[in-house]
Amino acid sequence: MSWSTHEVERSTVVREIAASLKGERGALMPILHRVVAEVGYLTHEDTTVIAEVLNLSEAEVHGVATFYKDFRREPAAERVVQICRGEACQAVGAEALVAHATSTLGVEVDTRSADGTVELEQIFCFGNCALGPAVSVDGRLHGRVGPDRLDVLVGARTGGARPAGAQR
Amino acid sequence: MSRAQRGRVQRVYVPADSAARSVGADEVADELVAAAAAAGREIQLVRNGSRGMLWLEPLVEVETAAGRIAYGPVQAGDVAALVAAGMLDGAPTQGCHGRTDDIDWLASQHRVTFRRVGVTDPLDIADYRAHGGFAGLERALTMTPAAVVDAVTESGLRGRGGAGFPAGIKWKTVHDAGSDLKFVCANADEGDSGTFADRMLMEGDPFTLIEGMTIAAYAVGATEGYIYLRSEYPDAVRIMRQAIDVAYAHGCLGAGVLGSGLGFDLFVRVGAGAYICGEETSMLESLEGRRGLVRSKPPIPALAGLFGRPTVVNNVLTLGTVPMILAEGPASYQDLGVERSRGTQVFQLAGNVRRGGIVETGFGITLGELVEGYGGGSASGRPVRAVQVGGPLGAYLPVDRFDLPMDYEAFAAADAMVGHGGLVVFDETVDMARQARFAMEFCAVESCGKCTPCRIGSVRGVETIDKIIGGVDRERNLLVLDDLCTTMTKGSLCAMGGLTPMPVQSALQHFPEDFDRPPADTAGLPVPDKFAAETAARNAALMAGEVQR
Repeated sequence: MSWSTHEVERSTVVREIAASLKGERGALMPILHRVVAEVGYLTHEDTTVIAEVLNLSEAEVHGVATFYKDFRREPAAERVVQICRGEACQAVGAEALVAHATSTLGVEVDTRSADGTVELEQIFCFGNCALGPAVSVDGRLHGRVGPDRLDVLVGARTGGARPAGAQR
Repeated sequence: MSRAQRGRVQRVYVPADSAARSVGADEVADELVAAAAAAGREIQLVRNGSRGMLWLEPLVEVETAAGRIAYGPVQAGDVAALVAAGMLDGAPTQGCHGRTDDIDWLASQHRVTFRRVGVTDPLDIADYRAHGGFAGLERALTMTPAAVVDAVTESGLRGRGGAGFPAGIKWKTVHDAGSDLKFVCANADEGDSGTFADRMLMEGDPFTLIEGMTIAAYAVGATEGYIYLRSEYPDAVRIMRQAIDVAYAHGCLGAGVLGSGLGFDLFVRVGAGAYICGEETSMLESLEGRRGLVRSKPPIPALAGLFGRPTVVNNVLTLGTVPMILAEGPASYQDLGVERSRGTQVFQLAGNVRRGGIVETGFGITLGELVEGYGGGSASGRPVRAVQVGGPLGAYLPVDRFDLPMDYEAFAAADAMVGHGGLVVFDETVDMARQARFAMEFCAVESCGKCTPCRIGSVRGVETIDKIIGGVDRERNLLVLDDLCTTMTKGSLCAMGGLTPMPVQSALQHFPEDFDRPPADTAGLPVPDKFAAETAARNAALMAGEVQR
């Protein structure tokens, strides 16, 4: 598939999503959610299309799209590791877990690994505060996750292979 | 096994609550089905909400003639042995706690809002009705809207989201406002660490929220409702949406609710990872499809809320309590609690606590009774040192304040807040200077940026605490921090900037020793502390003119 064909198709999909939801009150948030869910991430061109459909300024749509963390601007990595850093998880070792994750995965918080396969994100609360530290791996929530369990969870997602960038 | 048992369908409960799932409830459920099949036993598996005894999750309950028998925590690997030992007949195997209803931790509570959570099948509307569901709405529909508002006022119900504003007064304002279009919004953006009751209610008893919102709509004359639910709660989003579909199919939403003249449409809207959207005006902005910037008040949302229309904005638990108040009368609720804190609060025990979970009981219980009594002290076994009450914007309290009764006014008098009743327990290893720094750091990350005290004050707060921790001009920087806290408290538009000083100042007040350590002590600490120490060292060098900017 050529690049231009791909772009045309993408803008058609985004336009259809925006058009199908534009009748909702405050339609922009549902539209942005749906685009990210179906196309994976938001591009500048997407916001242009959405602005056109909703008859909003591009600046308005861009402002909303960048205010919220969930509206990602690039495709998700193969493995998305989210660690809760809320107080309740801190009370049971979340900071040490974050330190462990950054060193074993070779990724800083809120960035992805050099090869682009792993993304480490800090989250403030999954509502699992009595069973912390809470970690989500590829959207699946886990409770009482210590460093050893984290290694297993992260490794398990790649069929038992060692996490990318693992030092040990 | 007797012949009679062999032929009977055994009902077994395994929670589908996301906390239970996070520690293996799905795997336990799968194993149970397999083990029962292998044993030739027919079971009916119910994925209920959690009973709130989170330290016992995954908690399996088996229905017997004597009542439901509890087993927990059960791991998937234990299931086959437990079934072989007679679990499906309620046998007292290892990990058996007897009748769930007799477990003292649960039996001693007074559950009103959480009455059905964990008891019923969350999406079975017949089960909901069988356990008293819709009695409140049915009763409300026989009353005038004004009488419904009065009942809520009389009950003494105050907003459970944290601010504690009397719900009835808010409703009356919306009721009295003239408009052809009004809204009811449930604030389900439960972003505070240490709170999970909204999530558990939505996952475990979603019809209660639907019923409460419908009663609110009837009382104030609203026709549309929105549940603003955070994206970090995907299970709650799914279950709420399914429950709304079921409610529509059974005539409990839409045109002619329960055969009455009331029309009410309800929608779930999903947040997008912004903590500030838990602030009501920011939430309204987000619902309108804008950045979650806090609005100036006045006008109050009750008069000019969603799309400028009169709007009830209440927390999930506030709305979820209304059906019980209507069903049983305001007096029964008013009888519970103390002073001006009436009814029950759904306390949430979290963090480093041995028995974490939901404790719903009348206001007036002391902090110590919750942490040491229900909570059983720390999970680590070390002495408890601090408890943060009311979320990231709440005060850190030391053990010598464990006598404080959970009461809005008593907490306010102690420079603390009950908030939404979330309690985060820390053991003696906690570094309170680090927690104070985190409060500022969190505010810097999550501030909407509209007002200066919050946006800039929080960044300056982090820097100043770094200097204090690093031993740079400590006395003067403590004064700067105090001044900064005053500016944020008095000058911020909303509670984000306005209350961030509370954890900071309470940490300073109750744990001053943690702010006065030799800088060398920071060497062996985890990364964020090292970062703080390095920042402080760099700042010190800058101030001494040792390095160029």
